[in-house]
Amino acid sequence: MNALLIGCVMIPVVTAAVIYLAPGGRRTRSWISIGGMSLLVVAGALLLREVSRHGVLAEQMGGWAAPMGITLIADTFSAMLVLVAALVGLTVSVHAVDDIQDDTSAGGFDSFLHLLIAGVVGAFLTGDIFNLYVWFEVMLISSFALMVLGGDRVQLDGAVKYVAINLISTVVFLTAIGLLYGLAGTLNMADLAGTLPEVGNQDLVRVVSVMFLIAFGIKAAVFPLYFWLPASYHTLPISVSALFAALMTKVGVYALVRCFTLLFTGDEELVRGIVLTAAVLTMVTGVFGAMAHTDMRRILAYHVISSIGFMLLGLGLGSPLAMAASIFYMLHGILVKALLFMLIGLVASAGGSFELGRLGGLYRARPGFSMLFLLAALSLIGIPPLSGFWAKLSLVEAGLEREAFWVLAVLLAVSLLSFVPMIRIWAEAFWKNAPEPPQAPGTAVNPIGSGRAAPSDSRMVPVVALSLILLGIGFAPAPFLSLTDRAAADLLQPEAYVNAVLEPAGDAP
Amino acid sequence: MELLLTALVGVLMASSVWLMLSRDLVKFLFGLILISNVANLVIFLVGGLTLGEPALIGDAPESETYANALPQALVLTAIVIGFGLVSFTLILALRAWQALGTTDVDEMGLAERRDGPPPS
Repeated sequence: MNALLIGCVMIPVVTAAVIYLAPGGRRTRSWISIGGMSLLVVAGALLLREVSRHGVLAEQMGGWAAPMGITLIADTFSAMLVLVAALVGLTVSVHAVDDIQDDTSAGGFDSFLHLLIAGVVGAFLTGDIFNLYVWFEVMLISSFALMVLGGDRVQLDGAVKYVAINLISTVVFLTAIGLLYGLAGTLNMADLAGTLPEVGNQDLVRVVSVMFLIAFGIKAAVFPLYFWLPASYHTLPISVSALFAALMTKVGVYALVRCFTLLFTGDEELVRGIVLTAAVLTMVTGVFGAMAHTDMRRILAYHVISSIGFMLLGLGLGSPLAMAASIFYMLHGILVKALLFMLIGLVASAGGSFELGRLGGLYRARPGFSMLFLLAALSLIGIPPLSGFWAKLSLVEAGLEREAFWVLAVLLAVSLLSFVPMIRIWAEAFWKNAPEPPQAPGTAVNPIGSGRAAPSDSRMVPVVALSLILLGIGFAPAPFLSLTDRAAADLLQPEAYVNAVLEPAGDAP
Repeated sequence: MELLLTALVGVLMASSVWLMLSRDLVKFLFGLILISNVANLVIFLVGGLTLGEPALIGDAPESETYANALPQALVLTAIVIGFGLVSFTLILALRAWQALGTTDVDEMGLAERRDGPPPS
């Protein structure tokens, strides 16, 4: 009946299969890939429009009534994330046309990209906790495959750590689901919201909730559990890095927010305390890590961690304003991370290295491109009127409202410190003169000043598109802010969510 | 029966954690295989045990009781997913050993050398 919900999940799955079976070379597959992603963006946009008009959309798979069957459900929060994930998928698939050239890798890349997006979208849209686990696994196995494509030695080394830690998180997640079922007798998230507070053994519920916190905390790269991220993200081809940095950790954040606003609401003080402390430490360690490194990919990997802290502040502070601010930050963070990774990829192919010491002189060679980088970097830091500014401004407002002054102090200090690594990339790669001798012969993929790269390279298309979107959000934040306000209100008052699943009487009036 | 299974889960969990604390990738993997089976046992156990009854109701059930099919379905799904993940991980470990020449995770420092990885 509701084709949109099913469509959002099925489009990437079907596209992945079509790409895998399609005859023809890399070009054909790229076009199918881009076509499938465009379709998903359209579906995501329609879904968001539908949800913002009619409220929460729910659909029971296979016609089984609510607590028995598997539910697909979209509220404003998940619909927005689906749209953004589709946008990232589209930009990455365009970016990959020229980035992933090696033919054997490329075939796998397009398929697994779509499967990964399917996992991400499925995780955002499912209303069943075991189904969430299944989508996590779809996402995880595709990410494993993407991680080792090409099979570099460095990549394998990073992949071992990534795979190991993610499997531990999977086991914790699965065990927690088992215990949850034993306690509540249901796995439907809307149903759980009603039954969990009535479980006799609340201490065990608390234990299970902490297991979820750990499992999702690993996925989201929260403070004591983030070491796998900087150990692996910089080893990947840049298209894959951009995809992972933009989406993978955010699915963990989404799952945390969903579970702790819908399921485990009994222990707000405990959870808020833990989440707030972890969020603050994540921000701080992330930004220090970014300051300590000179490889652009590793700097950005630590920036990803730092930004996770900002996204968790909403859950930690727990007010509607804070939640809305965090959601806004999440949307902005996903787009800006994808953009920045693509940009440093272009920097590296212009300069021949990711290492700041070996770069230089890019501003003289390509001023227009340099401005794009500056724009993205300033947006990440949060300079008005770019999108990051609105995200951080509303977080500060939320902190003031809750009178969480120490959080505010850390937030502002971290924002200030996050200047340092970004400005250092700017100063080293763009402003300073190119080092002498520029680089060892043969390492320069695309020597500076040859004037070859810029216009014909399809990697510029997604970069420009993402920059325009971020500029758009920056200059006209009002519609996005009202959407995030609604999403936050939905999250903190889950009645609409629960009713949409359990009492589908008012289905599409 | 519950008591026996609970003890088994405890013992297996302890052994797998011990194995996973090892620095050797192969031991770690054995621990991982073991612990994913422990998770399945946990689901099966807390889902409620029913001895000697079929999971699905026939046309004319002789008895009123039947086993809850949901934990079985969950375990089945988890086994399939776990099998896929473990196979992938084993191949990954093999490739890592071939490429890096070691299974000691402390020596696998290629991606995080102090002077940064070689430009690839």
